[in-house]
Amino acid sequence: MTIASSSPPPSLPLRGAEGAPTTPTARGARTREDGGDGRLAALFVAPAMLGFLVFLLWPTLRGIYLSFTRYNLLTPAEWVGLDNYVRMVNDPIFWNSLWVTVEYVVINIGVQTVAALAIAVLLQRLSQSAVLRGIVLAPYLLSNVVAGIVFLWILDTQLGIGNEIIGALGFDHIPFLADEHWAIPTIALINVWRHVGYTALLLFAGLQAIPNDMYEAAKVDGAGEWRMFWRITLPLLRPVLAVVLIMTVIGSFQVFDTVAVTTQGGPANATNVLQFYLYGAAFGRFQFGYASAMSVALLVVLTAITIIQYRLTRAGRTDLG
Amino acid sequence: MRIRTVAALTGALALSLTGCANGNGAQGSGPNTVTYWLWDANQLPAYQACAKGFEKENPGLNVRITQLGWDDYWTKLTASFIAGTEPDVFTDHIQKFGQFADLKVLEPLDDLGINPSDYQKGLADNWIAQDGHRYGAPKDWDTVALFYNKKMTDQAGLTPEKLNSLDWNPKDGGSFEKAIAHLTIDAKGRRGDEPGFDRNHVKVYGLATNGAGYGDGQTQWSPFTGSTGWNYTDKARWGTKYQYDSKTFQSTIKWYFGLAKKGYLAPLTAYSGGANQANAQVASGRAAMAFDGAWMISTYYGFKGVKIGTAFTPVGPSGKRATMMNGLADSITRNARNKPGAIKWVKYLSSDKCQKTVGRYGIVFPATPEGTRAAIAAYRKKGIDVTAFTRPVADKKNFRTFTYPITDYAADVTALMAPAMQAVYNGSAPVGSLKKTTAQINLILSQ
Repeated sequence: MTIASSSPPPSLPLRGAEGAPTTPTARGARTREDGGDGRLAALFVAPAMLGFLVFLLWPTLRGIYLSFTRYNLLTPAEWVGLDNYVRMVNDPIFWNSLWVTVEYVVINIGVQTVAALAIAVLLQRLSQSAVLRGIVLAPYLLSNVVAGIVFLWILDTQLGIGNEIIGALGFDHIPFLADEHWAIPTIALINVWRHVGYTALLLFAGLQAIPNDMYEAAKVDGAGEWRMFWRITLPLLRPVLAVVLIMTVIGSFQVFDTVAVTTQGGPANATNVLQFYLYGAAFGRFQFGYASAMSVALLVVLTAITIIQYRLTRAGRTDLG
Repeated sequence: MRIRTVAALTGALALSLTGCANGNGAQGSGPNTVTYWLWDANQLPAYQACAKGFEKENPGLNVRITQLGWDDYWTKLTASFIAGTEPDVFTDHIQKFGQFADLKVLEPLDDLGINPSDYQKGLADNWIAQDGHRYGAPKDWDTVALFYNKKMTDQAGLTPEKLNSLDWNPKDGGSFEKAIAHLTIDAKGRRGDEPGFDRNHVKVYGLATNGAGYGDGQTQWSPFTGSTGWNYTDKARWGTKYQYDSKTFQSTIKWYFGLAKKGYLAPLTAYSGGANQANAQVASGRAAMAFDGAWMISTYYGFKGVKIGTAFTPVGPSGKRATMMNGLADSITRNARNKPGAIKWVKYLSSDKCQKTVGRYGIVFPATPEGTRAAIAAYRKKGIDVTAFTRPVADKKNFRTFTYPITDYAADVTALMAPAMQAVYNGSAPVGSLKKTTAQINLILSQ
């Protein structure tokens, strides 16, 4: 590379002149000769790359290293090989936590996706109101902790206003967050309440990309709303839906704050989701090595699920012509 | 002392406040500043008053107090040790200090000149770790007693004298079970000891629930297990074997949680650490009585429209009443930025002077007898009789006081016992399942 090529004289056009035919070979050669693009790109990428290296890659690598050690945070880590992983495989609470987490994700993502899709389609087909879109998004503006505390009070078995209403209707109070069987579905639905609007908005954006003439053509052919949904909306929304699913599933697996403020993992480990269990191991019991091993397990599970989802939904390709 | 109510009730606010509070502490730390952390918001004014006295005696030194809710407190403290932003002095808990001593983040206080006889018996000795060094200077103490809704006990014909002469046993529950059965009222107005009582639709429970009680049962089952003569561990301090597998313990637990099945004790599902603890159940009229700690006295007596009384814990099979006596202490961190100042401050905190100041606020019992007397007088001034909490400490003939289990791996014991006791409480596991849990705990302790 020469200095001249990276800062050409101003009179010289930077790119091929408008409409001027440039052959692929010429363009390729030019880029290579230029070298400026690469540097410029590196410059643009640098801040993100720095963040990625410092806040993501390094902690991940260090976490993986710590998973092979005994480490209490305050004295130097001590290499113990696979001990933490052996313990993990033999730890019934770990497996319980994993199972509880999966149960949470299935309910959370299942309900959330269906509800978000319904809201998005209704928003697109029935109303263009920005106010309505704002209302749909409103719960997302609350923090998880606040949402958790508010629902903790509303749903309290004895004193919650939600249960007072249920009682006034003549039913028994429901221990939403205090019963082993109710707790996980309740927490899953609290988070559906908070996230469904955001998810709906993402899907809504995807719906906007579907050309309206498809619907018009379908209408001319006599298709109803239901049929159009299954034959047009859903297939054409697939790539967006897939990306949304991948993102929400990853987020869902990392549920922590709602559990921390509502049930603290109880009753009897019924809501002891993986993130909460490993947090307790790390910061309550000073077992950072073991907590790291569980984090690595979660990383593996999430990676596998993401790859499978990506493949199954062909998220990288679109059916739009 | 588990002051969770305050922590939980103000949790949302505390979360937003703690950041600033801690930031101030870190910024303010200089050669002339001593940073001090505590978790009980009720005690903040008392210690601010102490700090004023201290600053007057030590011109140039100033104390910067940071208050954090119970849950945030320990997380933040742990994080601060790692980040090197720990306070110079902090309020320590008996179940936590062993681990901190092991992690070598505490400064030994052997040279502080703590004389155990200057404090209520047993308080000072608890703060000596397994390595033989002292890591805490006694600051206060608390016991557990029975709080009751006076209107409800009056209506049930239970006089204060009767409530102070209750006894229990694991077979038929004794007069204690009879009392809470009589105080329990179902949706149709039938009392727990009347025919046709519907235990599935209870309006007022005889006894409020404070949850399943982790491994200590401080305000849940410890008054009962304690009055059988049972001990948590094989040794008073630093034992290596927990005894949750003992027959005495298990029969007591079976009876105690059995009260929930009978409808007299509020079920586990009524309990919410964040929204509905025992005090809230009494305040809202959903329960007639509750075992709770001395640190809750001002909370209970502060309820609007509910007249509160207190009674001794019931007499148990050992012939004595029992109550857990717990005490907090102040610890100095090993990496304290201002160690000379920290030592001076802790000396002052553990002195009669500061403890009397704290006592006069009538919110907690200071560790020195003089401080305790000041507190009793302050409570009396507010019209509160605290005999139910103080007599057990003075009268060793009729009362047994015992401490939290003091062992290594306290956090692991809690992590294992919390779900195990919840499972027994809600009936998803038999009391015999505690045998396996005990074996797991003792395996960890034997490492």
